[in-house]
Amino acid sequence: MSPSYLQFDGLGRTFPGVVALDGVSFSARSGSVHALMGENGAGKSTLLKILAGAQPPSSGRVILDGQPVNFRGTAEALKAGVAVIYQELHLVPELPVMENILLGHAPSTFGFIRRGAMRQRAAELLKELGEEGIDPDMKTGLLSLAQRQMVEIAKALAWDAKVIAFDEPTSSLSARETDKLMEVIAKLRDAGRCIFYVTHRMEEVYRICDAVTILRDGRHVATHPDLKSVSRDELVKQMVGREVQDVFNHSPRQVGAVRLEAKGLLGKGLSRPLNCKVHSGEILGFFGLVGAGRTELMKLLCGIEKRRGGEVLLDGQPLPAGQVAAAIRAGLVYAPEDRKAEGIIPIASVQENMHLASRWRLKVGGAFIASKKEAEITRDFTAKLGIRTPGPWQEIRLLSGGNQQKVILARWMSGPVKVYLLDEPTRGIDVGARAEIYKLIQTLAAEGAAVIVVSSDLPEVLGLSDRLCIMRQGALVAELPRVEFHPEAILKTALPVELETVS
Amino acid sequence: MSSETATCSAPKRPKFRHLEQLSMAIVCVLVMGCACIFVDGFATIGNATGMLLTMSIVGMLCCTMLFCLASGDFDLSIGSVVALAGVSAVCVANAQNSVALGVCAGVGVGGLIGLLNGSVVAYLKINPLITTLATMQAARGLAYIAGDGKTVTASEDFAKLGGSLSIPWGSGHISIGYSVLVMLALLVIFGVVLHYSVFGRSVLALGGNEEAARLAGIPVKRTRLMVFVLQGLVAGLAGVLLAARLQTGDPKAEVGLELKVISACVLGGVALTGGRGSIFAVIWGMLIMGTVQRAMDLQQIGIYWQFLITGSILLAAVIIDRFKSKLG
Repeated sequence: MSPSYLQFDGLGRTFPGVVALDGVSFSARSGSVHALMGENGAGKSTLLKILAGAQPPSSGRVILDGQPVNFRGTAEALKAGVAVIYQELHLVPELPVMENILLGHAPSTFGFIRRGAMRQRAAELLKELGEEGIDPDMKTGLLSLAQRQMVEIAKALAWDAKVIAFDEPTSSLSARETDKLMEVIAKLRDAGRCIFYVTHRMEEVYRICDAVTILRDGRHVATHPDLKSVSRDELVKQMVGREVQDVFNHSPRQVGAVRLEAKGLLGKGLSRPLNCKVHSGEILGFFGLVGAGRTELMKLLCGIEKRRGGEVLLDGQPLPAGQVAAAIRAGLVYAPEDRKAEGIIPIASVQENMHLASRWRLKVGGAFIASKKEAEITRDFTAKLGIRTPGPWQEIRLLSGGNQQKVILARWMSGPVKVYLLDEPTRGIDVGARAEIYKLIQTLAAEGAAVIVVSSDLPEVLGLSDRLCIMRQGALVAELPRVEFHPEAILKTALPVELETVS
Repeated sequence: MSSETATCSAPKRPKFRHLEQLSMAIVCVLVMGCACIFVDGFATIGNATGMLLTMSIVGMLCCTMLFCLASGDFDLSIGSVVALAGVSAVCVANAQNSVALGVCAGVGVGGLIGLLNGSVVAYLKINPLITTLATMQAARGLAYIAGDGKTVTASEDFAKLGGSLSIPWGSGHISIGYSVLVMLALLVIFGVVLHYSVFGRSVLALGGNEEAARLAGIPVKRTRLMVFVLQGLVAGLAGVLLAARLQTGDPKAEVGLELKVISACVLGGVALTGGRGSIFAVIWGMLIMGTVQRAMDLQQIGIYWQFLITGSILLAAVIIDRFKSKLG
């Protein structure tokens, strides 16, 4: 067994209001494939970004071949032989393959590129990967996705990368392309490289990986240097981790009439027509992995994306397709998953953000804003929801994630809302604030609203929901009442299909 | 600090929330103070009214450019629109023998160009820089076509619009140009609209985070269209007033005006990236630019040096803007 080549020592990374990584320590050997597993938001991407030099750690260090390294950019990481291959490939589509492969360090004399040498080097690297079929002169954008991935790997080899990390490399590959990639990865491993492999697919982990590290909530749960000795169930258990805590305090509520109903809904992100209902006083959970189509479904329901077919009924009344403002006026509101990009106006004040949507309601004299009334409402909600801010004038980006989320919830709560669609309402929010948000969601339901909670955090959806919908690959694959909530079964249902066919 | 200042106790809003506004106000006072001390003839009433008059065109357009920048866009066509509106207004007024029709034509043509800019940017999602660069050229061309390549002389009735209001002052009187009054009115109107109206807040929300604004049900496209239409209308009005004051419609008028206007806004602290801006920022920026310009004129600094100096000021302003947004 080879000695450990890459070591993480107490690695930590915090963002304002969020702890993404918390003292993670483990090591990986060269000549082996090391899987990195965990639920969404466990800290895998942050770890990769630190490894790639795209982000500095807040604490701790990375030790490469016995030497502590401190990359101040991806270029330094590449020079040290560390390459990360992200899900979205970083290639210039307009350039020929060879220029992409040698991007940033093309062979040159006095600043002039030696195209012959470049072509030869690119061809060599492609051959090493068994991709002689790719013409180095071809425009990169014309290649298939799998081929572009190979170009990306060749690019890593061109830097003589000793450590190559793959972030969900098979998510858009066919079975045959996956086989090919596995072969290449095995070859890279046998050549003595240290490979990281981030994936959700248990099947692939057992197929290609030698060791595994599991992260959860930014913390290191376990590293198994010998994967073969660990059972699949054990891994799932460690990934899900936490017991379903009693922060949820689930108590049955009065469930009333159907509030929102989707009939034969079709549109971007859905692979087949979808039907679902949510009742007054009910919390309906939506679980699935990233890319299962949950966010897309929410956007279709509230009219951000235009549906291609089917109907959405609110209290029996059809909603027009693709009109957010109409949905909001009718009482259907959406709190987006990506708070920073879609929820808040970062440089605007708390008050401004809170009243972003209710603008047309709080008016005096036609077009002008009832500022006093707004200030009053802001004060009320700040107190009621316990929003911690020095004042309503504070720029919202300076608040913690939990407090930002509360402001967004207040934005909707100040109006007559019938259905809340909450997409990952606690993403990036610390445990204490989470409990407050859970309580708030339960209050909303108890007051008669219908609430849909989308979450990738299994304990969270299990703790909150009265009923659970599971989505996989753009389709609703299961609907369970609360009595049938079994975490392991649910996670298995949510995992991509080919897993089951193999197991 | 968050723990004890939590929740509801009526929080005190800092007097000057945006430090940069305070800092620009100080810079403005300093610049004007220096001009008063070191430039002969600056600290006189006659100079002040003259300076306001030369600033008035830039000042009017700053009001709507503020909206444009706040929503995250640009409008480069305004200089050409001012010229086009002036020529059109004079031509129509002469042909129809009606000042009112002439004014309508000038303002209207500005509004139409604004409508074109806004539709292309908001609905076809074309980059505003390219769009308004194109309409800048096109409007300039139209101005030459309308005036047959020459300046058009305005009638005396029309020129009365470029007159001024006399206010008794001590033994004599001070005269304030109508275009100065219009500028002041627009500053007040657009200031109130930006800060207190639904439309104004939507513009800022749009510039701050378009996606969040859209998801909150703000009619993003319509808002953006409105901003460009307003910009066009105000440019049209400015063109009419300028033509009246100069008694000619000049197709060569105000080349490079758009850059002066954007410089003044940015200098005052309106963010180029959108989402941040206030009418005070515009006022400080305008006053600084106006003072520097006036001081250079009084000192008889050559036009070549003036270009160099105003260019340097703009560069300094955008570097400061970048620095500020980095700090934030």
